[in-house]
Amino acid sequence: MLTQPREGGDHYLLFPAAHISGALLTFSAEYSQYVFRDFPQIRSDMIRVTNLVKRFGELAAVDNISFEVERGEIFAFLGPNGAGKTTTIKMLTTLLKPTSGSLELDGLDPTVKRDEVRKRFGVVFQDPSLDQDLTAWENMEIHGVLYGVPRKERHERATTLLQLFELFDRRDALVKTFSGGMRRRLEIARGLLHTPKVLFLDEPTLGLDPQSRNQMWTHVKSLNETDNVTVFLTTHYMDEADRVASRIAVIDHGRVVAIGSSRELKEQTKTESLEDAFLALTGTTIRDESADSADAMRQIARMWRK
Amino acid sequence: MSVIYILWLREVKKYLRSRTQVIASLGSPIMYLGVLGFGLGPIFRKAGEGSYLQFMAPGVICMTILFTSMFSGIALLWDRQFGFLKETLVAPVPRTWIMIGRTLGGATVAMCQGLLIFIVSFIAGFRPNSVAVIPLAILFMALVAIVFAALGTVIGSSLKDMQGFQLVMNFMVMPIFFLSGALYPLTNLPKVLALLTRIDPLTYGVDGMRTALINVTHFGLAADAIVLFGVAIVLMGAGAWRFSKIEI
Repeated sequence: MLTQPREGGDHYLLFPAAHISGALLTFSAEYSQYVFRDFPQIRSDMIRVTNLVKRFGELAAVDNISFEVERGEIFAFLGPNGAGKTTTIKMLTTLLKPTSGSLELDGLDPTVKRDEVRKRFGVVFQDPSLDQDLTAWENMEIHGVLYGVPRKERHERATTLLQLFELFDRRDALVKTFSGGMRRRLEIARGLLHTPKVLFLDEPTLGLDPQSRNQMWTHVKSLNETDNVTVFLTTHYMDEADRVASRIAVIDHGRVVAIGSSRELKEQTKTESLEDAFLALTGTTIRDESADSADAMRQIARMWRK
Repeated sequence: MSVIYILWLREVKKYLRSRTQVIASLGSPIMYLGVLGFGLGPIFRKAGEGSYLQFMAPGVICMTILFTSMFSGIALLWDRQFGFLKETLVAPVPRTWIMIGRTLGGATVAMCQGLLIFIVSFIAGFRPNSVAVIPLAILFMALVAIVFAALGTVIGSSLKDMQGFQLVMNFMVMPIFFLSGALYPLTNLPKVLALLTRIDPLTYGVDGMRTALINVTHFGLAADAIVLFGVAIVLMGAGAWRFSKIEI
């Protein structure tokens, strides 16, 4: 929580009382900590990451990154394998504790107000998180209950989403009988079952056919527009980032290399396409996540941690 | 409440769907009952202790519950491996509820297995004193199931991968079983063994079951129940604490 105005404090001016008079301005600055604790939605940043570091032993998976995601924005994290995208998402979604630096989601610290923060986001993970021994419907059902979606709404939304992703006919089949693409679609449908304030999508379209990708982005965009859901996504597909994201952060070796709109990135690197801009920023060496020595080290570090 | 219920239901559903697993897990208790029960029966009788099958059936029921409930707790590792754990860990509900739902689900499954073995041992010739004592036996089965499902959760939350699993089986589950007095009477044991059996929570479960079913007791029903209840509370607390600390 912020206790005093600092750089970037001009966001506070959105607080209407601040415009009324100078006296009131002093007052509101002085008491802003209380005011903003009660009305965190007044602040305009949904996510604020400052000097974030995550080390696994010697290896810094995330190495001093800072960025803000505005309320209602679609923000993309673009980076090669092992750049630290997933680690950052894990820290924002309370699954990992940062080594140092500060995190804020809707004005709350995910390391302290874990349950409060969890109420505010939805997430589609990069790797599977379905229960394969349950049916598609049961997976949706558990999710809905965990997120406190009322029964009637839960069933309606589950039906709509399963139909949207063409899984409704298979709703009573066990997930282990599903193909990779179907599982991915179910994973996304489940992530959209409740309407969060922030939606994290960690390479959601990996392994999806163009039709499903299209469906998904259309749906995500409409959520963003109608319900003002802030979207934080990572992807390998440049065209997706180009198409949906209002701002893009390029991350490599755990550091933010560049940040801005697709146009800004292209201008900055004097390139024609986002893909070229990406390559200009991150180089052309291939990083293979599983064969990477750094990743092997991370595995070992993880094993010996505690 | 609905969160605890749905996670409990998940465990139970998965159990009911895995018929082969159910049957497979009945294998070793049946071996114990059939082979040891009848094999050691004559010697036990000669020693003046009565029917060995009568004596060991409560122990074998406890063994089944021990194995199943520990296993269900450690199944957390599978959920970690296959990803479902993440889904529950980011959910906007206190992790304690999630842990309680899972653990009670695991305990319920273990009790079902225990009841199955109860029926099997009845078929094999085991006879409780009366039908009236069965509810009391079920209470003890529930306590044992909760104690070890919670212990399984503590271990499952603390291990990072499957490699530790064998270690736990060999150095924890097996000793708990062998030191519990499930297979032998607790009287006249060597000092060290007597001490070890007293540390083992399953001892009190086996003794409680035996007291309830065939009225042979070592510590007395009240002592058994109090110890199990206390251990259950401590381990549930420890499980909730370990579970809340999980990082992925």
